[in-house]
Formats: sequence, C-alpha cells, structure tokens
Amino acid sequence: MTALELKGLGKSFGGLRVTRSIDLTIEPGERRLIIGPNGAGKTTLFNLITGEIRTDRGAMRLFGTDITAMASRQRAHLGLARTYQIITLFPKDTLLHNLVLSLLGLSALRWKPWSRLDRNEALLQGARDALGRVGLAHLADRRLAQTSYGERRRVEIAMALAQRPRVLLLDEPFAGLSIEERRDIQKLISAIPRDVTVVMIEHDMDVALDLADRVSVMHFGEIIVEGTRAEVVAHPRTREIYLGE
Amino acid sequence: MRRLAIAIAVFVLATVPFWVSGSFYVNVASQILIGAIFALSLNLLVGYAGLISLGHAALLGVAAYGVAIILNAGFGHVAAIIIALAATVAVTAIFAILALRTTGIGFIMITLALGQILWGLAYRWIDLTNGDNGLSASSRPAPLGISLASANAFYEATLVVFLLAVFAMAALIQSPFGASLRGTRDQPRRMTALGYDVWTIRFLTCLYSGFWSGVAGILFLYYNEFVSPHAMALSASAEVLLMVISGGSGTLLGPIAGAALVVIMKNVASAYIERWNFALGTIFVVIVLFMPEGIVPGTVRLARRLWALRKRTDIPVAESGQ
Repeated sequence: MTALELKGLGKSFGGLRVTRSIDLTIEPGERRLIIGPNGAGKTTLFNLITGEIRTDRGAMRLFGTDITAMASRQRAHLGLARTYQIITLFPKDTLLHNLVLSLLGLSALRWKPWSRLDRNEALLQGARDALGRVGLAHLADRRLAQTSYGERRRVEIAMALAQRPRVLLLDEPFAGLSIEERRDIQKLISAIPRDVTVVMIEHDMDVALDLADRVSVMHFGEIIVEGTRAEVVAHPRTREIYLGE
Repeated sequence: MRRLAIAIAVFVLATVPFWVSGSFYVNVASQILIGAIFALSLNLLVGYAGLISLGHAALLGVAAYGVAIILNAGFGHVAAIIIALAATVAVTAIFAILALRTTGIGFIMITLALGQILWGLAYRWIDLTNGDNGLSASSRPAPLGISLASANAFYEATLVVFLLAVFAMAALIQSPFGASLRGTRDQPRRMTALGYDVWTIRFLTCLYSGFWSGVAGILFLYYNEFVSPHAMALSASAEVLLMVISGGSGTLLGPIAGAALVVIMKNVASAYIERWNFALGTIFVVIVLFMPEGIVPGTVRLARRLWALRKRTDIPVAESGQ
C-alpha cells in the first residue's frame, strides 16, 4: 500500500491554475524531496494534502483511505502532520505547553471541561519527552517568544513528531537558519524513524538532497521531473529551470 | 497563600452587608456582582476565544424577559428559571451558528445586528413584552424558604451565584478544554492541523457564555423586579464589553474589577459628579493610555516593575560587580 497517493490534483485561484494536474505516489518510509522555483505551487500542494485548501479536481489517498473530501482535522487524526514555512506556534505559551497542545490535539481529553490540565502528569511527561527528543528539555518552561528561530523550528518539528504521524510534511525546514542550526535540523530529520514517511519542500539543495530518497521537481504547478537524486540532478529540465540554460 | 487570599476575599465579600452602611450600598454591591457575572460570561468569548460580541445584552435580556413572561403567565420560579435559561442557550446557539461563520470584525457586526433585532423585538412585540413600558416581576424567589426580599438577603444569594460562576469559569479555563480554547484564539489554523475541531470548540464556548449571561439576566430581573428594552440596547452590550476590556480581558479578576468600576461610577460617582459619563470616559482614556491590557494585568505589571526597581537600587554592588 502506498503512503500517499495523489491523482490529477488541481487547484485554481480565479484564473490562476496554481496546481495543474499533480500525480504523486509516495511509498511508506520514503523520504521525498519536492523542489522548484518560487511560485511553483509547492506550499499550495501541501495545503491541498492537509486539507487547508479544498481541491478543485483529482483525488488523494492516505494509506488507502480516500481523504479528498475529508476535513483538515480528521486528516490529522489519520496520521498526517505538518510544519509550516512561516513558523506558526503559540508564542505566549511555554515550550512545554506548545507540546502539550500537540499531544492534546489527538487525545479525547481535549474536550474535557474540568480537571486541571497543569496537573495531568501523563500528558506533561509526554510533552517533556517530546522536547527531550529534539534536545530542548532544558528550555521546557521558557516562553516560546523568548527562544531563537532555530529553537522554534525544533519545537515545530517536535510538535509534529509528538503526534506520531505516519506521514510528515515539512515545509522548508531549513529556511532562515544559520549553518549550525541547519546541521542540527538535518540530524533531527535524518533521525526520524523509517516508519514515518517524510515529504519535504526545500530550497536549500545541499542539505536537502542528502536526506532524500527520491526528488520531484515542480514548475508552474506541475511535476516535471521525478526520480532518484542523481537522475534529477542530471536531468536537462532541472538544469533548465534552475540555471536557466 | 493563594487559598488564604481566596478565603479572605470570600469572607470580605460575605460580610459586606455588615460593614457597609445602608441598603443603597448593599444594592450597589449586588449590582457589581451581577455585572461581574455578566462580564465574566462575555470575557470567555472576548478574552479566551478571541471573539468580540456586541450583542451580549440581548442574551441577558432574553433570560430576564423569559423569567418575567413565565412568572406573569402564572408559573413558579423554578419553572421560570429553567425555561428562561434553556431559551437563552437556544438563542445563543442561533447567534453562534450565524456569527461563527466569521471571526474578527465580521463576528462583531453579526452579533451587533442580532442583538439589535432582539432589542427591536422587545420594543415592538408589545403583546409579549409590553413594549417600552417593560415588564415587572411581582416577587423574588425564596430558595430553601429564605426570603430574598431584603437587600441583604438578595446580596448574599447573588454572592453564592457569583462564587459559583467564578469557580465554573476558573475550572473551564484551567481544564484541557480551556487550553484547546486558548489555542483556537491564538492559532486557529495550527489548531486545525493539530486535529482540533475549532468551530465546535468555539460553538460550545458560546453556549457556555450564553448560559452565564442568562444567569446574570435572571439575577438582573429579580434585582430590579422589572425589565425593559433598555436592558438589551446596544449601549448595554457596549457597557459590558467595556467592563471586560477596562478590567483586563483574558483574566479572571479583570472583568470583576471592570464591573466594579462601571457600576460604582454609574451609581455612586453620579451622585457627586453630574457629568459622570464624562468622568467614566476620562477613566477609560487613562486606562487605555497607561494600562492598555486592562486594570488588573496593568496593575500587576506596574507592581512588578516597581518591585524590580526597588531590588535594583537595593543591590547596586552586585550588578556592577558582574
């Protein structure tokens, strides 16, 4: 069974066809890199997969389940998690509370209108463990607003991983980071166990290519080249798009 | 420490009739408590859900009119209270279904419009509401055989309901659902991606807020033994919103302080200052200038800064020695 299967996926905003007709098949455990110039429709593709934007045409399956018409929150419950290109976290809350919200999202506990959340040891411990996995346990009680950009990226990845997703979408995880921070994130991503399928959008080919099993190149809302790292790098169309040859 | 402070506060509130002279001031205290319950109910939306309602007085009005109408139809207090609360929650549900299609300005405008519709009904549906003349309720209930006819007895009964309301709000805010709610205020998109049902969380919060507005409305009716369309007017909705914002939205004590400020200005200061509205306006301007986050969080912030300043002047050597 494929982890994620997209067939003829299309989306237009008015007259602008942001994604034309996307076919994409990703196997379980695969690391897939999606590259392409600005405006190629990469983030829109992620928004379509998570259901934040409704598709106009085509179908999507997550581990065999048709998710084309499914609400965004239900896809999360099926094991789909994502990070955002522009970090969207809870700046006024502590790192620990950010992780608690991530764990709570898939727990029936989120509806419980009594009992104190800050005394729920099991949940707090789970959140601390998740922070520990990205090496931020020592900052658990710090407010997110008082952390660095690189640390926030790690929090975001920790939140996605804490939900034990089957498919993880990473939208430009290296954007805006220093060389050192990039190395940290790279280590983090390569340490993700193989039972998680990872789809990643990235501009920075140097770091990203090392992580990928297969690469898809997007241009004007279409996937034009797909293959292994070497195939894609050597492909004349890739060179044309990236180098303008 | 915290428990001691709460115990002292409850003791002080419970003994108000003994150290305040005259039923006038006890009645002012009752009004503050009713206003505070109302403001707390709105604060749930404004402070914790990030949804600003300008039609909340209509919900208070539905409960107040509901009790008056049912009492005048010859039913008892228990039936009147239960039916009025159910009607208020039902009306809130309709409000919420219509208004929650949007957030931000859209939400404000829809709640404003719906509030005005109910106000108009109260004004024009004379057969039911007696129009501008309003409806009187002949008596106050006597729970456990205790008459609430006197100012003191009514105050104590209101205090019990007020404490229940504070407890109920605090429990919700500290619960997992409360965390879900605050999350939908700060990052609705992220919350959806994390698996939360943002709309339903907001809808349930609206119902809870409507319920407590209904409770405030019932107390309002029994306090005045009368209700007229003015209770549902836009100015009443704006007033309770001012209570929340001036006191500090998103805090438990803020709306209570805001209610105290507005009610005291209205009842007490108006006896000394003819243009008390002008004075109230000036106070709001000062609050916005110096404590834009509201009286309670603003005072906490200023107190912390003063404390830090004192510490710094206490130990200048340690700082320069670093």
